[in-house]
Amino acid sequence: MTTKPEMMASEIASAVAGGKMSALDATEAALARIKQHDTVLNAFTDVTAERARAKARAIDADIAAGKKAGALAGVPFAVKNLFDVAGLSTRAGSKINRDLAPAKRDAALIERMEAAGAVLVGALNMGEYAYDFTGENVHDGPSRNPHDTTRMSGGSSGGSGSAVGGALVPIALGSDTNGSIRVPSSFCGIFGLKPTYGRLSRARSFPFVASLDHLGPFARSVADLALAYDVMQGPDADDAACTTRGLEPTLPLLANPVSDLRIAVAGGHFQKNVFPEAVEAVSRVAKALGATKVIDVPEASRARAAAYVITTTEGASLHLDRLRKRPNDFDPAVRDRLIAGAMVPAPLVDRAQKFRRWYRAQLAEIFRSVDVLLAPATPCTAPKLGQVNFNLDGVELPVRANIGIHTQPISFIGLPVVAVPVPLEPLPIGVQIICAPWREDIALRVAHALEKMGVVAAPAPRGF
Amino acid sequence: MAEPLDDYIDAVSKALALPLEEAWRPAVRANLEVSLRLARLVDEFALPDETEPAPVFTA
Repeated sequence: MTTKPEMMASEIASAVAGGKMSALDATEAALARIKQHDTVLNAFTDVTAERARAKARAIDADIAAGKKAGALAGVPFAVKNLFDVAGLSTRAGSKINRDLAPAKRDAALIERMEAAGAVLVGALNMGEYAYDFTGENVHDGPSRNPHDTTRMSGGSSGGSGSAVGGALVPIALGSDTNGSIRVPSSFCGIFGLKPTYGRLSRARSFPFVASLDHLGPFARSVADLALAYDVMQGPDADDAACTTRGLEPTLPLLANPVSDLRIAVAGGHFQKNVFPEAVEAVSRVAKALGATKVIDVPEASRARAAAYVITTTEGASLHLDRLRKRPNDFDPAVRDRLIAGAMVPAPLVDRAQKFRRWYRAQLAEIFRSVDVLLAPATPCTAPKLGQVNFNLDGVELPVRANIGIHTQPISFIGLPVVAVPVPLEPLPIGVQIICAPWREDIALRVAHALEKMGVVAAPAPRGF
Repeated sequence: MAEPLDDYIDAVSKALALPLEEAWRPAVRANLEVSLRLARLVDEFALPDETEPAPVFTA
């Protein structure tokens, strides 16, 4: 069986487990595609080819010896470069971290993916220290959008979006503090899962904002997303926020009907500051699901403001010593944001955290009467690289500050979200499927139903 | 002419031993203005005295 770039992870795992394809062939195909296309996409900062080949050979040997193949047998994957990869310095998109000693042990989620048979092929480009929505990086250059390489991949997990959207790998891992999984998913036309806060272990990944950081997968199908998510679940004492809940597999539930679910469109803040393509995308998804009800999410704009304040101050605290010692080695834009963050008075941060509890209670009340909320993932399709402003209804707005306005009020209280790609022309755009805490199963089930209906899909890359 | 926030920026950078080159000042000030504007939006929202922070989300 020959490999094809558009093969999904589930197809590769099935072929490898069935002896129709070797893990080494699947790995070599991914490495060849990276070599061929990454000079344009710039998604990878490290390619771990020899490690990947060794892992693939070990999987093939196990299968030949009659051992049971893992759920992700032979599936190539890559990780945002804030995940520890044994032998590499965890750069987190920065210049400064390149001086760190190489990591001694892989991040917890890499270990779990590889325990299921997946094969790590490299580390991915990202915005410096994850403080970014564009996918641009002053040190490594921008990761590029696979549907139009003059455009942003989205950030901060830009390389993850670019690599999966460009079909270099079927699965990538990234992080989401304010939208950094959902924004690249939207711009690159792929599926992304930001799980409930505390669901997946962040052990041995470089932090940004401890009380907002999440890790999660990207894929080109919902089944692949669920497959990766399921193998990564489970408690981990090495992450203080990681839940002690037992495993809650989602893959077996994907095909369950969605007709019994109460689905509404998020109104108010989520219907403001949007371009026509975002309105069209939400409308298509809502129509397909028969969702006619609109629910105003109270104080979502204020929630976004509070998330901003917590982010800039916790981020400043994390980097305070680096700001003192190596200010000129930061991306100047990141440095100036962080210095300003260090200057926000403490009572205002405390109030933001208190507001967070109030807002969480409002959303909990909403989820008593609905199971799913729909909202745009981004206000627009991918802007041009370097674009500073966009014009909305005659008003010039800064691009960077507005890309995450619809994702921030959701991650602020840790709700699980699947970003689904609506394949509009000329560029795709994402919609957030938002659920109550710990109900990733419902978000994935709705995403799967939309995929079956043909309403959402990851378009084939055509920008390179 | 000095901007209203400049004295505050100088004082805090000194208190935290944060370097601040003059060339960075306009961007730091602009970022701080945005942060304070958004923080004010949160500050304006009345909360009961009993409200506790929620730094870590739990269901």
